[in-house]
Amino acid sequence: MGYSSVRGGMDAIEHAESLIAAQVTDSAHPVALPQVRDHVALLLDQVMGEGGVYDVDLGALAVKQAEGDPIEAGFLLRAYRTTLPRVGYSFPSSGRQMRILRRVSSAFRDIPGGQVLGRTRDYTQRLLDFALRDTPPQATAPSADLDALPAGAAPAEFPLVIDTLRTDGLMHEAPRRTSDEEPFDVTREPLRFPATRAARLQVLARGETGAMLSLAYAGMRGYGGAHGYIAELRYGDLPVLISHPITGGQVRIGWVPVTECYQVVGGDEGAKHEHDGSEDHVHEHDHSPDYVVSYGVVIGRNERKAISMSILDGSLKKATKSGAAIEDEEYVMYHIDSIEAMGFVEHLKLPHYVDFVASVQRTSKVRELVAAARRG
Amino acid sequence: MGVRALIEERGAAFEGYTFGFLDDMAKREIRRAILKGVAIPGHQVPFGSREMPIARGWGTGGLQITLACVGADDTIKVIDQGDDASVNAVNLRRLIAKTTGARETLTTGDATLIQTRHRIPEERMTAGQMLILQVPIPEPLRHVERSVAAARAMHAEADYARMWLALYEDVVRNGEVTAGAGYPVMVNHRFVMAPSPIPRWDIPKLDQAETLFLFGAGREKRIYAVPPYTDVKPLEFEDYPFSIEGFPGMSCRRCGATDSYLVTSPQADGSTLSVCSDASYCDDVLGGRKVVNQW
Repeated sequence: MGYSSVRGGMDAIEHAESLIAAQVTDSAHPVALPQVRDHVALLLDQVMGEGGVYDVDLGALAVKQAEGDPIEAGFLLRAYRTTLPRVGYSFPSSGRQMRILRRVSSAFRDIPGGQVLGRTRDYTQRLLDFALRDTPPQATAPSADLDALPAGAAPAEFPLVIDTLRTDGLMHEAPRRTSDEEPFDVTREPLRFPATRAARLQVLARGETGAMLSLAYAGMRGYGGAHGYIAELRYGDLPVLISHPITGGQVRIGWVPVTECYQVVGGDEGAKHEHDGSEDHVHEHDHSPDYVVSYGVVIGRNERKAISMSILDGSLKKATKSGAAIEDEEYVMYHIDSIEAMGFVEHLKLPHYVDFVASVQRTSKVRELVAAARRG
Repeated sequence: MGVRALIEERGAAFEGYTFGFLDDMAKREIRRAILKGVAIPGHQVPFGSREMPIARGWGTGGLQITLACVGADDTIKVIDQGDDASVNAVNLRRLIAKTTGARETLTTGDATLIQTRHRIPEERMTAGQMLILQVPIPEPLRHVERSVAAARAMHAEADYARMWLALYEDVVRNGEVTAGAGYPVMVNHRFVMAPSPIPRWDIPKLDQAETLFLFGAGREKRIYAVPPYTDVKPLEFEDYPFSIEGFPGMSCRRCGATDSYLVTSPQADGSTLSVCSDASYCDDVLGGRKVVNQW
């Protein structure tokens, strides 16, 4: 034993790096980024959403470099994202503008615009398909255009199911908002509590799928969840609209795929919700019960997280709390970010021998005191 | 020296990133938080902690302070548990050097900036130096009040009754205050502060020092400071005074020092090996160099 030289520490790090690099690159069948994009699309969507960057090429690179670890890959994206300048903000997009690829409601049998089952594993049988073991003899073009719109077709506007509830008077109109309001940015400002609506939704949208699923599930089993109905779960592309730098007019610069979940909570549960000024929220009103919306929105295809997010949004909105953890804004917002969590939990791998000496000395002292007291 | 020269000097090793990794707006925000922290000793200043290429909990708060303060003519030292050779310290130091071109040193006295985890060097630091401490949990009230918002209000009102009560209960249950590393301190007679998990041994060094101490918590997004010549006192009761760790009858196996903080390792033969936790101090004693270690 004895002191490792500083050079020794450096050598160890460099060797660790080369071992990692070899793991990523060395294979008889090396993975190319297009393969990640085409075949690991759901992981890629999760990584881009939690990493806070929608860029398929960078996301695929992060997934490959991280050996498929979603948290590590999201971390790589965030560490890159933070170096990019903030050029501006888009205009808000509404779900009504979505190019729909999938749309289901569990609250109504039929909805205006119709249900679209789309690409889902929900009703497949989870049997291993051994045919996939064999490499196909020749490459086939990715079938992404299966759910593309016919060329030239204008994207149909699908009304939101909650619009129906509003028309029927079961839910209040959304408050008017100015579209040039600058949003709170959780990547640039520290959280303050109570958090703004924008901050809350950003943290939830960047949260980790597994952590949010776990909390939402606990809520449904009785730890603070509200019983709601999925008015609408949809997947499709939302337009990204910005202000033209010269003309000042709105221009569309692209589309972002998102999954949206609108859960409605009604009756007593709805009436108990606090008024937080959110877009889909009730005003002061005389006639209750009334329905309110719990909202989830996630980058890419990730229904599990969108539903979990809407459950957590609903729990956080409750005015009358039962004391459960998922109704606590600080608890939820601080603990669903697994990129931050993994850093702190795994820092236990770092040496703590200075602290441990301090701890042992205190423990020994207390033992001495206890022994002395016993001796009387 | 102009920005262009700074960038050219550090070469192409870190192409595609700005000087010191952080963009200038981030650096400005961090410097403002530091200035506010210096103006209100012991007060936690929230800041928009950036995502770093180092994991949260591994020194990102300290790293952001270092990168916001370091210039190309600075000399940097990074220690983890007192040791420059600890792999995380090596990794942080090479990142700082790579992105700024700052000179690296292992010698406490030569450094203008020292980033540290869980130790204050044995050698007394002087007025021209800054010590940047990495902080895991900046909130000293966390174990008596888990809500960040409520703890913030308690600091604003200097309402430390529950903190004192917790210390009292500790004495009642255990016979003394059992806090080891990270012993809570009162800064400038106003704010209770978490000194980061430094051992009790290092707590007295914070009091009336010549050096500026900066504390960075990246994950928790807080910066705070102890400026030079500030009163920093451990929380204690008159009849249960604060005491530091002691190493009676022990000395460093490597340099023979009897006046430094020792860390111990169990040996295969059942004995215990003790060495200085501060590698620079150990080297100085071994090399026969006299350094001032009275803070």
